Amino acid sequence: MPDSEKTTSALDELRDDPTSRKKFLTRVGGTGGVAAMAVLLGACGSSNNSSSTSTPAAAGTTAAAASGGSEQGDLDILNYALTLEHLETDFYNKVIAAGLFKGAQADLLKHFGESEQQHVDALTATIKKLGGTPVAAPKSKFPIKDAMSVAKLAATVENLGAAAYLAQAPKIKNAEVLAAALSIHSVEARHAATLNTLIGKKITPDGAFGKPAEMSTVLAAVKPFIVA
Amino acid sequence: MTNTMNNAAPELDLIDVGGMNRASFILKSALAIGTTAGAAAVGPFVTNALAATASSDIDILNFALTLEYLETRFYKEATKLKLSSKVAKLAKQFADEEQQHVNALKGAVKQSGGKPAAKPTFAFGVTDEKSFLKLAQTLEDTGVSAYNGAGPLLKNKDLLLAAGSIVQVEARHAAAIRLLNGVNPAPDAFDKSLDKAAVLKAVTPLIKG
Repeated sequence: MPDSEKTTSALDELRDDPTSRKKFLTRVGGTGGVAAMAVLLGACGSSNNSSSTSTPAAAGTTAAAASGGSEQGDLDILNYALTLEHLETDFYNKVIAAGLFKGAQADLLKHFGESEQQHVDALTATIKKLGGTPVAAPKSKFPIKDAMSVAKLAATVENLGAAAYLAQAPKIKNAEVLAAALSIHSVEARHAATLNTLIGKKITPDGAFGKPAEMSTVLAAVKPFIVA
Repeated sequence: MTNTMNNAAPELDLIDVGGMNRASFILKSALAIGTTAGAAAVGPFVTNALAATASSDIDILNFALTLEYLETRFYKEATKLKLSSKVAKLAKQFADEEQQHVNALKGAVKQSGGKPAAKPTFAFGVTDEKSFLKLAQTLEDTGVSAYNGAGPLLKNKDLLLAAGSIVQVEARHAAAIRLLNGVNPAPDAFDKSLDKAAVLKAVTPLIKG
C-alpha cells in the first residue's frame, strides 16, 4: 500500500533525526497541570493572587461566570471529557508498555501520555471544586499489535478527542471551565496533527475549519475500547 | 520550568503592523507582549485587553480577522522565498487555510451587523527558510494563545464554535511547523496559562491607556 510506505518513511525520518530526539528529550516534562487549572478556576477567589487582584477585567469575567449558568451541565461535560482523557491516558500507557516505539517516537508518545494524565488530574480537580463526583476510569482494551496500526489508532483517537472538545465548548456555561477546555482542545489538536504527520495523513483533515463531533458520535466511536 | 511556549519570542519584534484601528492596536500590543514574555502570555493579554474595554463580539471578530490578515500575508510572502519543496507546499496550504479564515471572519462580522476591520500593512523581516520557520512557529503559537484568550469572551455561541474550529486548525499548523523545526509539537499539557502576574502587571498601563 502506498499509504503505509509513506507512513514508514515519515516514522523513520523522525526516528533517525537526532536533533529532534534531543530537543524532545530536553522539552519533555510536566508543567503542573493541576496548578494551571487551579489558577484558571481560582482567579476569582484567592486574594493573595496578584494576577487576580491586579486585573479587574479577569475578576469581572469570573464573577459573571459564577453568578449564572448550569453547573450540572458543566459537570456532565467535564465528566464526559474525563472519561475520554482516562481512555487516552490508558491507551498511551499501554502503548509505551508494549515497547513498539523507540527513540524520539517513544519519547513523544510518552510525553503525550503524560499530558493526557495532566488533563485527567486537572479535570478531576475541577469536578471536585464544582462539587461534583469525578467518574471512575473505565476499564479499557486497545488492539496494540504493531507500530503502524497503533500510530493510526493514536491519530484516530486524538482527532476524535479534538472534535469532541470542539463540540462541547459552546455548551460550557462557566467561563473558567471554558477557558480550561479551550486550552486542552488545542493541545489535543497539536497531538492529532503530529500523529497525522507520522502516518502520512493530512495535518488538517477537515480543511481550514476543524469539525466538531457530538457526544453520541464520540461515545459510539470509543465503545469498542471500553470493557463492559 | 522553562519551555518553548513560555520563553520570550524576540522574532515577533521583527513584525511591523501598519494601520491604526482598534484591532490592529490590540494586535500590535499582543505581539509586543509575545516579544518580551513569550507566545503563551498573549492569551491572557488578549483576554484582559478585550475584557477591559467591554468588547462586543464584533470587536473580538475584528481582532481575530486582523490576526488572520497577518497570517495570510505572512504565508503568501513566504512563497517568494527560496524554500524546500516540503516547506513550500505547507506554506501554500497554510496560506490558503488562513485566507479561508479571513473570508469566514469577514462574513461573520457582516452577519453580526458590523464592518470588517481594514487590512493593515505588514512587514516580517523574514529572509530564508530558517527565519521563516522560526517566525511561523511563534506566530502559530501566538495565534492559538490569542484565540484561546478571546474565546471565552464571545457571547454568541455559534461564533464560539466558529472560533474553536479555527483555533483547532491554528494548533495543527503550530504542531506541523514545530515538527519541521525539530522541537516538541505540543510542549505543554495546557495551551494557555493565566499564571503570568508579571505580564499582566506590564500590560495594565497599555490596556488602560
